[in-house]
Amino acid sequence: MKENYSYVGHSVDRNDSYGKTTGHAQYVADLKFPGMLYGKLIRSTIAHGRIKSIDTSEAEKLDGVVAVITAKDVPSMKYGLSPARFDENIFCIDKVRYHGDKIGAVCAIDEETCYKALKLIKVEYEELEPVLTWQDAVKEGAPQIFDEYPGNVNTEIHHHFGDVDEALKDAYYVRTDKFQGQRAYHAFIENHCAAAYWEADKAFLYTTTQSVHYDQYHIARVLGMKMGNLTVRAVNVGAGFGGKLDTCGTEFAAIILAKLTGRPVKVWFDHYETFLNGHGRHPMTMTLTTGVDKKGKIVAHKFDCVLEGGAYTGLGIASSYYAGSLLGILYPIENYKFDCQRIVTTLPPCGAQRGHGQPQPRFAFESHIDLVGEAIGVDPIDMRLINARKGNSITTAGYEVKSYNLLAANRMARDASGWTEKRGKMGPGRGIGVGNGGFVTGAGFCQYRTDYPHSVGMVKVFDDGTRAYVYSNAIDIGQGSSTVLMQMAAEAMGYPYEQCQMVTGDTDLSTLDFGAYASRQTLMAGWAVTRAGAEVKKKILAKACEMLKASGRVKEGFGYLDGPLTTEDLECKDGIVYIKQEPAVKLTFEEVARKYFVDHGALVGRGWYHPGKLGGNHKGAAVGTSPAYSSATQVAEVKVDMETGEIECVDTWDVHDSGTIINPKLFHGQVHGAFYMGIGETIWEEVKFDPKTGALLNGNFAEYRLPTALDMPPVESLTLDESYEPNGPYGCKEVGEGATTPTMGAVANAIYDAIGISMTELPITYEKVWRALKEKKENGK
Amino acid sequence: MSSFVVDKKGIKRYAVTIGVNGSEYTKVIKANTLLVNFLREDLDLTGTKRGCELGDCGCCTVMMDGKPVNSCLVLAMDCDGHEITTAEGIQDGEDLDIVQEKFVEHAAFQCGFCTSGMIVSSRALLNENPNPTDHDVREAIAGNLCRCTGYVNIVAAVLDAAKEL
Repeated sequence: MKENYSYVGHSVDRNDSYGKTTGHAQYVADLKFPGMLYGKLIRSTIAHGRIKSIDTSEAEKLDGVVAVITAKDVPSMKYGLSPARFDENIFCIDKVRYHGDKIGAVCAIDEETCYKALKLIKVEYEELEPVLTWQDAVKEGAPQIFDEYPGNVNTEIHHHFGDVDEALKDAYYVRTDKFQGQRAYHAFIENHCAAAYWEADKAFLYTTTQSVHYDQYHIARVLGMKMGNLTVRAVNVGAGFGGKLDTCGTEFAAIILAKLTGRPVKVWFDHYETFLNGHGRHPMTMTLTTGVDKKGKIVAHKFDCVLEGGAYTGLGIASSYYAGSLLGILYPIENYKFDCQRIVTTLPPCGAQRGHGQPQPRFAFESHIDLVGEAIGVDPIDMRLINARKGNSITTAGYEVKSYNLLAANRMARDASGWTEKRGKMGPGRGIGVGNGGFVTGAGFCQYRTDYPHSVGMVKVFDDGTRAYVYSNAIDIGQGSSTVLMQMAAEAMGYPYEQCQMVTGDTDLSTLDFGAYASRQTLMAGWAVTRAGAEVKKKILAKACEMLKASGRVKEGFGYLDGPLTTEDLECKDGIVYIKQEPAVKLTFEEVARKYFVDHGALVGRGWYHPGKLGGNHKGAAVGTSPAYSSATQVAEVKVDMETGEIECVDTWDVHDSGTIINPKLFHGQVHGAFYMGIGETIWEEVKFDPKTGALLNGNFAEYRLPTALDMPPVESLTLDESYEPNGPYGCKEVGEGATTPTMGAVANAIYDAIGISMTELPITYEKVWRALKEKKENGK
Repeated sequence: MSSFVVDKKGIKRYAVTIGVNGSEYTKVIKANTLLVNFLREDLDLTGTKRGCELGDCGCCTVMMDGKPVNSCLVLAMDCDGHEITTAEGIQDGEDLDIVQEKFVEHAAFQCGFCTSGMIVSSRALLNENPNPTDHDVREAIAGNLCRCTGYVNIVAAVLDAAKEL
C-alpha cells in the first residue's frame, strides 16, 4: 500500500510557519478598519427571569457611545442546530436563561467606553427560580425553562438492538457501575471576536470560526438575508476544539451594528465572556450494565445517560446521540440498549468539545470494563482484545466499518509500555492503565438538510505556472488542515508543495467546505482537493503530450515508444513532466502550464466529495455515520502520593489507527494535544458555578486549571504500518478528536491500579483521591 | 514624572518614550494604558496577543529590558525609558532566530495564538541559560499556556535550539 509519494507521508513544514513564529499572523482581534467602532454584549446578571424593562438611556447619553441595541432592534427569528429545536434568539426577548445570557449590545468609539456604557444599562427582571442541576430540573414542579421542553427534557433517545434483558439473564457475570462526568471547557486562548462592515446591500464578516459555511447559512437565515449577500471570512483562528462551531453572538451584533452605524464594527469577548459562552463538554451521569461470558466476551450492554445541557440546544442533540452511538464501533455488541435524556438548566449551554459526546462515555465504559474483567480474572488488555472490533465489518446499528486495527493498537500499546511487567506489579502508589477510543472521520450528514457536496475543492494554476492556488473552505484552526490539503493537492498535481498557496476562509473567494468539526477535513476536503489536483494533472499531461509531439523531440520507433505518444506514456512529478520510459525527455510543469494559459485561459481543476448514503435505519442513525472510523489505544502510567493524593502521570503511550498519515509531525502534534486535553479533564479541569445564583465562578485560567508544561507527561505517539483506509484519499482517516477519547479511561484505570479504589467521578482531583484513601484507611481495609 | 496634557474632561495624558524592538516611540497615553494595548493599538504590533488579561495565559509575553513580563500586567507608563522586545523583534534581520527555526522544524505550534509569547519566553530563557534541562524549559514556559500542543514539541524545539546556540 505504501507508495513513493513526494509530499504525502512527509513531515513538511506548516504553511503558516513564518507568520505564526514571527508575530505577523493576523487573527480577527488584530484587524482594524478605518473608522471602526467597538461593540460589546449586554449580559444578564441573573440566571433565570423575565425581562420587565431595559433602560438604555443613560448609556446612550455617554460621550463616545454610538448605538445601543436590544431585542426590539434585531430580527426575532430563532436559531439552533435543527429546526425542531431552534430555541435561541439573537438577544433575549422575554426571558433570560443563564447568568450572562445575551440581552443587547453597546457600540462606542473605543473599548473603554463600551465597558463604561455597560455599567449604565438598567435591566429590570421578574426573577424566577434558577435551575442549576439536571436533578433539580426534572423534579416535580420544577420551573419550566422553555415552553417547548416539558419537564425540562430537551431530548430523549431510546436505542435498543437485540434483546438485552434476555442476554443478561444468560450471562456468566453481570455488573452495574455508575459514573459522573463534569462540565469542561475548550479553553482555547483566542477569545471570540467578529468584525463586520457593509458595502451597499452586502455584509462582510470576519469571525473566529470553525466553519464559514455554517456561519453564513445560520446568520443569513436569522437575518433574513440571501446567503450571497453575506460574506463570511476566517483568518487565522486561535483554536476551537468545537467551541467556535456555534454562533456566539459577536457575529450578529457586529453585522447589525455595522448596518446601523454605517461604520465597521468589531465586537469582542473578553476572556471571562468567552468562558461564559461555554458550549463545552456536557456533564454526563452514566449508569452502565454489562454481561459477559466466561472468557470476558460482552454479551449485552445497557447504557443510561443523562446530559446536563444548560440553556439552549445548539449542538447538544448531536452530543447526546454521540454519547451512545460510537460504543458499538469499538466493540461489536449484539444486544445493546442506550437510553438517554438531555435536560435543560439555567446555566450556559453545553455543546461540542473535542471528541464531542464521546469522551465521558468512553471514560465510563473503559473504567467499567476493567472492573468486569477484574471480577472474572481477565487482564484489562485481554478484555479489550477479546472484544475489539475487526475491520471490514458492519455494526449492530448498521454502520459499515472498513479499516479497523484496534486489536493491533492494543497489542502495540501493551508491548511498547511494558504492560505485562508493570500491571498490578508496581506496588502501592504506582499504576498503569489502558483505554480505547476512536472517532468518526467526518459526519455522514450535513448539520442541516441539503444535497450539497460536503466539500468542494479547486486548484487554479497561476498564469505562468509558478504558483498553484488550492481552494477549500476547510478551516485551519491550528490542526494544520491547510498544510495537509496542499500536500494532497500537490501530490495529485505532481507539483511542488512549496509553490502551493491556500485560498481559504472566505465564502466569496474559496469553495464550499462544511468546516472543522467531526474530524472531517483531511478526508473530505482531502478528497475534494485531491480530485481537483488530479484534474489539473490530466490537463497538464494532455498539453505536454501535444507540446512534445509538436516539438519533434518524440518520434515513434525511438525504441521507448510502441506507437504514437499518448498521455499514458507521461508522468508528472515534483513539477516535471516526463516520458515514463525515457525520463530524460521532459518539460517543466511551469512551461506546460504557461502554454495551457496561452491557448485556453485559466488552468483550473475541480473536485468535490460526498460520502453517499451511509448505513443505519433507526431514528438518530445519522449521528455516528461516517465514511471511516479511527481507533486508538492509550496506556498511561501514574504515581500517586498515598498521603496527599497528588497524581503524577509519568509516562504515556498512544497508538492511533489513522490510516495513511499525510504529515507525521502534524499527526503527532494532534496526539499530544488530544492527550493534553484528556488528562486535563481527567485530573484538574471543571467549570464551576455558584450553587445559588448560577454565576460562573472560575472563568479564568488561574481557577480553571489547565495543565502547564510542568504537569504534562511525555507522550510516545506510535503508528501502525498496516493501517490503510480505502475510503480516504491516499488511505487516510482521522486523528484530531479520536486521540482524546481513550485518555480519561487510561489515566483513571492507572489511578485504580495505583490506589486500588475505583474513582468514578471526573475530575479525579488530588482531594478526591486523598478522601478516598482516607476513607479506605478508616474502614480498616 | 513624564510631562502631561489635560483634556477637556480633566483626564491627564502623559508623554512616554518607549523603546520597542530597537526603535524609540514617543506617544501620549492615559495612565491606565496597559503595555499590551499600547503595543497593539498605538503601535499596531499585533504579534503580542491579548488573551486572559489577567496574567494567567502568557500569550502577551514580551521582554522588558530582557526579562519576560506579561504585558497585560504592565502599565505602559512604567515602560517610559525602557526597552521592550516583542515577538516581531525576535527575528534577526531577515533570518528567523534559531528558536523560531526550531519551532517550525518541530511543529511546535498549531493555532499559533500562544506562540508569540511562547517564543519570547523561550528566547528569554536561552539568553539567561544557554544549556537548559528539560525541567528548566518547562519551568520557563509554565506561565505560557498552550491548549494545542501539550507542550511536547515546544520543549523539544527549545532544547534543540539550545544545542545550536
